[in-house]
Amino acid sequence: MNLMMLLEMAASGFGERVAVQSDKASLTYSELFAAAGAAAAEISKSGCERMAVLDVSSLAVPIGLFASAWAGVPFVPLNYRLTGVELEGLVTQIAPSYLVTDAERVEGLARLPDTTVAVREAFLEQATTGQAGEATWSMDPDDIAILLFTSGTTGAPKAAVLRHKHLVSYILGSVEFGSASAEEAALVSVPPYHVAGIAVIASSVYAGRRIVQLPKFTPEGWLDSARSERVTNAFLVPTMLARIVDTAADTGGVALPQLRALSYGGGKMPQAVIEKAMKLFPATDFTQAYGLTETSSTITLLGPEEHREAAASDDPKIRRRLISVGRALPSVELQIRDEEGNILGPDERGEICVRGEQVSGEYLGRGASLDRDGWFLTRDGGWMDAEGYVFVEGRVDDVIVRGGENMSPGEIEDVLLEHDAVADAAVVGIPDEQWGEAVAAVVVTQTGRSVSEQELQAWVKNRLRSSRTPQRIEFRDELPYNELGKLLRRKVRSELIGDTS
Amino acid sequence: MAQLKTGSRLRSAVCTTEAMVIAAPGGDVEVTCGGVPMIDVAEQPPEGLSISPDAAKGTALGKRYVSEAGDLELLCTKPGEGSLGVGGALLTLKEAKPLPSSD
Repeated sequence: MNLMMLLEMAASGFGERVAVQSDKASLTYSELFAAAGAAAAEISKSGCERMAVLDVSSLAVPIGLFASAWAGVPFVPLNYRLTGVELEGLVTQIAPSYLVTDAERVEGLARLPDTTVAVREAFLEQATTGQAGEATWSMDPDDIAILLFTSGTTGAPKAAVLRHKHLVSYILGSVEFGSASAEEAALVSVPPYHVAGIAVIASSVYAGRRIVQLPKFTPEGWLDSARSERVTNAFLVPTMLARIVDTAADTGGVALPQLRALSYGGGKMPQAVIEKAMKLFPATDFTQAYGLTETSSTITLLGPEEHREAAASDDPKIRRRLISVGRALPSVELQIRDEEGNILGPDERGEICVRGEQVSGEYLGRGASLDRDGWFLTRDGGWMDAEGYVFVEGRVDDVIVRGGENMSPGEIEDVLLEHDAVADAAVVGIPDEQWGEAVAAVVVTQTGRSVSEQELQAWVKNRLRSSRTPQRIEFRDELPYNELGKLLRRKVRSELIGDTS
Repeated sequence: MAQLKTGSRLRSAVCTTEAMVIAAPGGDVEVTCGGVPMIDVAEQPPEGLSISPDAAKGTALGKRYVSEAGDLELLCTKPGEGSLGVGGALLTLKEAKPLPSSD
């Protein structure tokens, strides 16, 4: 198995279709195939052991991804938001490498040892005019396809290892070859260093769906591109969708009649945002995807029909599915387990565990962390209802242990968010002499609204056990998120602890 | 006859068909294309063989083919004129159950 097999099939099945488009430049599947071959020859010539791209979404990303697969070296998309010192650390770690980046960064990186640096434009020129070697690549399923440095909200970045067998299995298990019609186009606004930014390339190529790259996300730019490029499909992280919904509301609504399908994932979607979005784009199919870097992207889906059914239902058990992440893919098994590893029943809280061909669970230099039966313990906490709908409640490591009782911040946050004066909420555990940990919350109020600490405490106490009532609630103008909308809970916690000292 | 492994690739001895194994039963299995045993993708086909008229409906790129028991599944990675088969019976086209696009 090799990712190149997917591109070779696309080039042979619908080679004249446009595969990817970036501003005015574009490549057909045949051209992308040829470019991957020419770039692979260059990469092999450099003697490197890894190929890295430090760039926004550009043509260098799909070419680099497939060229690496052809040349038989891991592809490493690097986060262009990291600082110089952090980047130097990562580049040193992946040396000897062939690294493609933009003109501004070349000088700083070229002096690093064992690093061949190419400017994006020169790389593209060589790829689109150069000669490919023979069209043969390793079909060893255990070869490494991608190294993805995870976002590091919990400490130093580590590289997740995705092998060709994981990514190819994911695509074969979730996408039908050539299933996109000729006019379909996917707008890609997630950065290439995010697993969704890689998965979308592989799945679009296999489906035959044109990729439209949006290098820098703004809600206005996204709406403009969606309109002018007649975009039919898009993936967004929740914060992006929230900003699009706000912008559209400010401008008196927008019409995107071509937009057939919007999928979202990569963080918790507030129920209010998805309800607004469904009203704003009534003709659009909404799909929620839940997955992790270590699982080659999506492992559960909440499909369009399930969205509509939940939104229209008066039954709270069905309506709450809107905040579930849906059910496991047919090719993935999912269980909820307790701390001792026992499998839990419906509605019982525990850790989400998955197994399947697409699941890697491996970090560079640390080996695979699957258990002996092949299950990956995600460290995401949650529960599953009797129909198999999965509800994610945040990281297990964020669980608050108060006097021996385990409680999940997500459950308390959901209750706080139900209060109509609350716009956003984060719940964390803070050290407490009597209980070990105490529940604390930071709340952002809706514009023009206020609410007292006592009122919110009573609100939580009336809905949950009194032990889950935050003993301290502070108000802030905003909560700290990373650029992809992931709540930086450690930062919330350290700020609160700092306040008490 | 050989043990089939998920991910291994076969080519037809009588046409341009190539296929990848998606699922395989345990034990020795002889997969045919055009009525003639398939070979490893790296091997050269022996000369003088031709497609059996009973197995000449062809394969289509990107389609999946399954045995009646459902334990053998192949993905066509290169199309050709022969039909895939196992144990004397032709494989049938597996109907796609499309999932909504999630990325």
